[in-house]
Amino acid sequence: MSNPLKDMDKPDTIFAIGTNMTECHPVAATGLKKALKKGAKLVVADPRKTRLAELAHLHLPIRVGSDVALLLAMAHVIVSEDLIDGQFINERTEGFEQFQSHLAEFTPEWASKICEVPAEDIRTAALWYSQAERGAIYYTLGITEHICGVDNVQSLCNLALLTGNLGKEGTGINPMRGQNNIQGAGDCGAVPANYPGFQPVEDPQFHEKFKNAYNQPELDLGQSMTKVTALNLAGDGIHAMLIDGENTVVTDPDRNHCQRALESLDHLVVIDIFLTETAQLADVVLPASAWGETDGVQANTERRVQRLRAAVTPHGDSKPDWWIISQIARELGVTGFDYQSAKDVFNELCSLSPIYAGLNWDNIGDGNYQWPVPEEGHPGTPILHEDEFKDAKPGLFKIIGYRDPAEVIDEKYPVWLTTGRRLQAYHTRTQTGRASGIDYLLSEETLEVHPEDAKQWELQDGGFVRMASRRGEVILKVETTTRSPRGTVFTSFSFAETNINVLTGSGYDPITQTAELKVCPVSLTPA
Amino acid sequence: MINEPNSTFASGPSIKIDGETIFFSEGETIYEVAKRLQKNIPTLCYDERLEAFGGCRLCVVSVEGIRNPVASCTTKATDGMVVQTAPPEIEKMRRTLLELVSSENRDTQPNPLSGFASQELSALVNKYGARNGRFQGAKSGTSNFKDANPFILRDYEQCISCYRCVRVCAEQEGDYAISVANRGFKTQITTEFDHDLRDSDCTFCGQCVQTCPTGALADKKALRSAELPEEIKKTRTVCPYCAVGCSIDLMTKGNKIVGAQPAMKGPANKGALCIKGQFTFDFIQHEDRLKKPLIKQADGTFKEVEWDEALKAAAKGFARAKAKYGRHSVYGIASGRAPHEAAYTMQKFIRAGFGTHHIDNCSRA
Ligand code: SF4
Ligand code: SF4
Ligand code: FES
Repeated sequence: MSNPLKDMDKPDTIFAIGTNMTECHPVAATGLKKALKKGAKLVVADPRKTRLAELAHLHLPIRVGSDVALLLAMAHVIVSEDLIDGQFINERTEGFEQFQSHLAEFTPEWASKICEVPAEDIRTAALWYSQAERGAIYYTLGITEHICGVDNVQSLCNLALLTGNLGKEGTGINPMRGQNNIQGAGDCGAVPANYPGFQPVEDPQFHEKFKNAYNQPELDLGQSMTKVTALNLAGDGIHAMLIDGENTVVTDPDRNHCQRALESLDHLVVIDIFLTETAQLADVVLPASAWGETDGVQANTERRVQRLRAAVTPHGDSKPDWWIISQIARELGVTGFDYQSAKDVFNELCSLSPIYAGLNWDNIGDGNYQWPVPEEGHPGTPILHEDEFKDAKPGLFKIIGYRDPAEVIDEKYPVWLTTGRRLQAYHTRTQTGRASGIDYLLSEETLEVHPEDAKQWELQDGGFVRMASRRGEVILKVETTTRSPRGTVFTSFSFAETNINVLTGSGYDPITQTAELKVCPVSLTPA
Repeated sequence: MINEPNSTFASGPSIKIDGETIFFSEGETIYEVAKRLQKNIPTLCYDERLEAFGGCRLCVVSVEGIRNPVASCTTKATDGMVVQTAPPEIEKMRRTLLELVSSENRDTQPNPLSGFASQELSALVNKYGARNGRFQGAKSGTSNFKDANPFILRDYEQCISCYRCVRVCAEQEGDYAISVANRGFKTQITTEFDHDLRDSDCTFCGQCVQTCPTGALADKKALRSAELPEEIKKTRTVCPYCAVGCSIDLMTKGNKIVGAQPAMKGPANKGALCIKGQFTFDFIQHEDRLKKPLIKQADGTFKEVEWDEALKAAAKGFARAKAKYGRHSVYGIASGRAPHEAAYTMQKFIRAGFGTHHIDNCSRA
């Protein structure tokens, strides 16, 4: 997030797109509701009538996967009505002229046909956002889990650049990350393209730095590989994997493909707290100590670095992940894994990551720092881009065009399926599913279908439906609700028993290789 | 909003509290200013995260020139005001109020597992020596033990009508768009309301439980451990579910995790939590947890082994893959759930161990 959570009550106009915030990030949503109470306007773009959409002054129930069209048209309106922030554009951006001419053809009327919402509503959304004193954008996986995830995010950036809604209190582009420490995984360099602290592996300067730091003369310059590629190459170039605490088989799209990939490895080691579906495929399973048993650090969606503290001793013989990984490294004779505690590991990270340079195990105790913290004594950075953009480069307008989703509906698969999360369940329920009492509230998965559609497709509320895509089929219970628009159905991927990711996986964003989990054409027949 | 506890103002309007002069900023209440002077004005219906309500009158103070005592939580400070926070007649009034309130309650000593603020009434009753049972008047409220929800105990016999639950639900949870009538506890307090919470718009965030000063609303899940003999210990940590990163106090008795309470000063949540952070901590000590390393046998079943054997087997497979297919044949996937130290050692394992960038995490799913 570019702006802190505590500022969520500060905007006077909020544009929330692809985020079911009241269910996925309820506590964050409270800040937003406070803004509403102070009179802020809320625009929600979401195919479904979510709780958040019910609170909105303007709900744009766009067709799944049509976000870029909407955002292009909003930019078109802002430019053609001359609602741009000229000073901001002059001082801090690049490429405006080109972007302006690119926009000419993308009228609200054009977008209206793709997004299936009235052109007038698109215009209103653009006017509200651009006329705001403090306009803030919030988004979640509804934006990134598409083949055009990067285009979506960059389209949002374009809107913020046009209107100068960046670098100030109550503005910004604010993704709400999903998992508790997904931000931290990136910060720590557990991504193919970056060393810890987002230092690119392509850059010879950092290559040199880590060759020395890690005592590894063979270290590649560049040549990163994403998980998606690695799974495609399993058994054919990739032969051994170490997976830490991820239920890949259930969470990843195209379950059958994923399971086959893992099965074709010579060697699979899984570290986890439960014997998950993924762990069952492993040659060696190593029991990790859990949250509540492990000291450590995590970073939240606003880049706040916070301490986790152990309250009880580890279950059975389980051990912290860092210990387990270090022991395997030592067995292999790799040097530099003599850590005695989580503190040693964290302090090493800080010493190698410029954005953590001012942090150490002892000064993060109260969670007062949001990175970057370039040196000790620095107060941290609650608002990114306050004076300048990363590396002082001006904000660049990106030329983006609309693309259809990887698969679109046709005669055989005439219905849009979109997936998401539910308040009471977290991801694959390996955790919430084992918390007592949750079943009282959420005991099974359902498919949300508009009542009129149900009638037309001869489905019964509470009855069962067979849902098929090009990759597989599942059977699940029907729940009729007007939350779903006509022609689009919704379910979550929380229950392994009805694994929706058997169906999904039609395509990937070419840049991030994020899977298109949000859009999948399906067919429905009574079961 | 609320000022930092220690913020002081070098100049501007001032008031005199118990003889001390203090500057304040426009809009501050007498209570807020007094708090900066470490004055301990008793309150019951006050929760600093909520708009002041002025219902319980326990926070009254005397102000020179005003005949009746005023509620300090709702009265704004004005320049030149002279305030006494605890003159004898006010203290007496507070005691009488507390006697009245506590006489309506069967049990003024709720278990501290009940909720964050659950000790407030009993602490004040003790402090003022306002023993139970002097007023034998009618009792208000009806308990609703019938509600089968596994999280929130509703015992309206303990309710003192401070409306903190209703207000936290409306203000902190903030669902103004939804009518309060079918939502918070207002109707449930004033009328006999037979519905289960599950059938309302309740999200089981537990905020009403945590702000209740009497234990009328209580953490049912934590109370299951009420009988355990050990002291309650609290450990400050961060919720393991979503990326908001709410601070919580994990409550333990011995080596058992018994409950969670929100950290009121948590930098990301300021006392708020959702159902996950509040009520789903017990997966950790679930019987399905792995206790020992496992190695897969030739017949496909797992055998429990000691660490030494497991680590050797784990390492051997990687060494073999490297020898047979080269160093680019190994891949690592880090967790977006585990702490930094896990992700960091994972990427270092791949980069230092194999010299590649064959490392990713689960953000793509
Ligand atoms: S648990 Fe939360 S949503 Fe439910 S009544 Fe209490 S405050 Fe309201
Ligand atoms: S309590 Fe709820 S909102 Fe807060 S971090 Fe946990 S899951 Fe997220
Ligand atoms: S605390 Fe001021 S009236 Fe209750």
